[in-house]
Amino acid sequence: MAVPAQLEFFLDPSRCIGCQACLQACTECDTHKGQSMIQLDYLDRAYSTQTAPVVCLHCETPTCAEVCPADAIKRTEDGVVQTARKPRCIACNNCVLACPFGVPKMNTRMNLMMKCDMCYDRTSSGLKPWCASVCPSQALAFGTREEMMRLRPNARPVNAFQFGLQIIRTKVNVMAPRDWPDEVVDVTAAMYEPTIGHDMLDDIFVNIGDEV
Amino acid sequence: MLWGVGTTATLAGLIVAGSRNLAHFDAALVAYTFSVLFATFGLTYRYSMWLQRPPTGLYWSRGWQAFLRPRRRFANLRSWLGRMGSDVLANRFIFRRGPSRWLTHMLIMWGCLIAVAITFPLVFGWLYFRPVVGDLSLYEAVIFGFPAFRFPHESATAFFLFHGLVWASFAVIGGVMLAIRRRMRDDGAAALQRFGEDFMPLILLFAVSVTGLMLTVSYTWMAGHAYSFIAILHAITVIGTFLWLPFGKFFHIFQRPAQLGVAFYKDVGRLEEAAHCRRCGHAFSSRMHVEDLILVQRQLGFSYEIPGNTAEHYQWICPPCRRASFAMAQSVLWRGRRGGAALPTQAGLLPMPTPVNNGLGEGPLGEEDAENFHP
Repeated sequence: MAVPAQLEFFLDPSRCIGCQACLQACTECDTHKGQSMIQLDYLDRAYSTQTAPVVCLHCETPTCAEVCPADAIKRTEDGVVQTARKPRCIACNNCVLACPFGVPKMNTRMNLMMKCDMCYDRTSSGLKPWCASVCPSQALAFGTREEMMRLRPNARPVNAFQFGLQIIRTKVNVMAPRDWPDEVVDVTAAMYEPTIGHDMLDDIFVNIGDEV
Repeated sequence: MLWGVGTTATLAGLIVAGSRNLAHFDAALVAYTFSVLFATFGLTYRYSMWLQRPPTGLYWSRGWQAFLRPRRRFANLRSWLGRMGSDVLANRFIFRRGPSRWLTHMLIMWGCLIAVAITFPLVFGWLYFRPVVGDLSLYEAVIFGFPAFRFPHESATAFFLFHGLVWASFAVIGGVMLAIRRRMRDDGAAALQRFGEDFMPLILLFAVSVTGLMLTVSYTWMAGHAYSFIAILHAITVIGTFLWLPFGKFFHIFQRPAQLGVAFYKDVGRLEEAAHCRRCGHAFSSRMHVEDLILVQRQLGFSYEIPGNTAEHYQWICPPCRRASFAMAQSVLWRGRRGGAALPTQAGLLPMPTPVNNGLGEGPLGEEDAENFHP
């Protein structure tokens, strides 16, 4: 089975309200039972409520897999970068340190890297990943591109990211403003950006009709 | 290729020497010998190709450098013995993945090890048994041409020794059954498993064990009925398994010991200077590991250099700050559109991101992850 080609993952971290539903739901996944693979961080706990949910973006050329000395990380034909193969992973930590999005986790006691595999048991059956199925603000969404374009008239998906001189393309999309003129999100340019303060009125509630 | 030829030639030489110029070589087992020689070539060839991958080559040599470090060799040898016992022989890390997985692996691993320890020396002519002249109630084991030990052929030692492959088969069949059971019942395994990668090795092990047991059944209780046919069937399954060794899941048997080298590499990393994130300033991993990764990424054709930025290379950014940078890059696109305001820019380093929930199952997965993510 493969993830149906028309179904895609759409990530919009700036919609995250930090409710942790994704963390809890992620632990239900059959491929990593009882352990959440989603990374949810407070960006600046003292001054901002901004939270960042990060799932694996499933790179077209995964740095984690390339730097793996044991050849333990495989990408399926449908583009999902799977968690480390248990017989092969030697827990070297290379993938954890090299992933440009900071996604993999290292379970040293088990000698095993673990990461989000887009709930392959569910998505390969056409179901939504756990996190996307419970996210109340739909910062994590899974569906067709047409559906997203209709539901979010001010946004469009982008799947290319710049890290210094390196451009990484991914299977997972992030949502950018629809009139944003570029195609590549420059991550390193935003590396030292201060977080967003939510003490100001957030107009997503004011313009609720524009973007659901 | 040269390594493959060299190792195979060495093994062939040892077979000739160990069987005393083939004097004790059992010609009926010649097909097994050639399949082992072919597997040796295939395994060495694949291993040397594997070592040519930039990360593998680097960490393989780094592991040896760490192990052979001056003034730490004795301590390293002691740790090696400990890790060999707990990780390789007792599979402690698999027990932590789950007791039933551990039992499965232990049964298959020890069953195969016992079988290999018995059959390889017999096939190569390195081990044979002969009656003791003058006392025909005794057998003598001859190893590599040298008499090793004697035992009565009506003793428990003889019973356990001569039926060693039967016990090994029982262990392997038990392990295979547990593995198949998990693969048939576990939804997570069902989603990820592949026939060639996950079922084929189990089918091969099962076939080898069952046909081997059928040989014992034939000569013990069926007066050798169909023995020749079963012997050919057994040979086909065993040779098939040997030929499969370099290609599929079985290769992990030879790859896996690399985790011992990684452990020594990490030991050195902990003793030496730590890497400090150039966004939040906190220590994460070792400087050596980060510098090695930069080298490997360059060899692989990645260009994570950041010209004109004090960070210089993206590898100097810790995993939590990478997640924060990614989230901020997307947030910045929406600045002025979704409300909220950027907090004032702070001088110097930025605060470190922290996991929203460090609870069991939600945050870092252990000590090393805690260092990676400095919660």
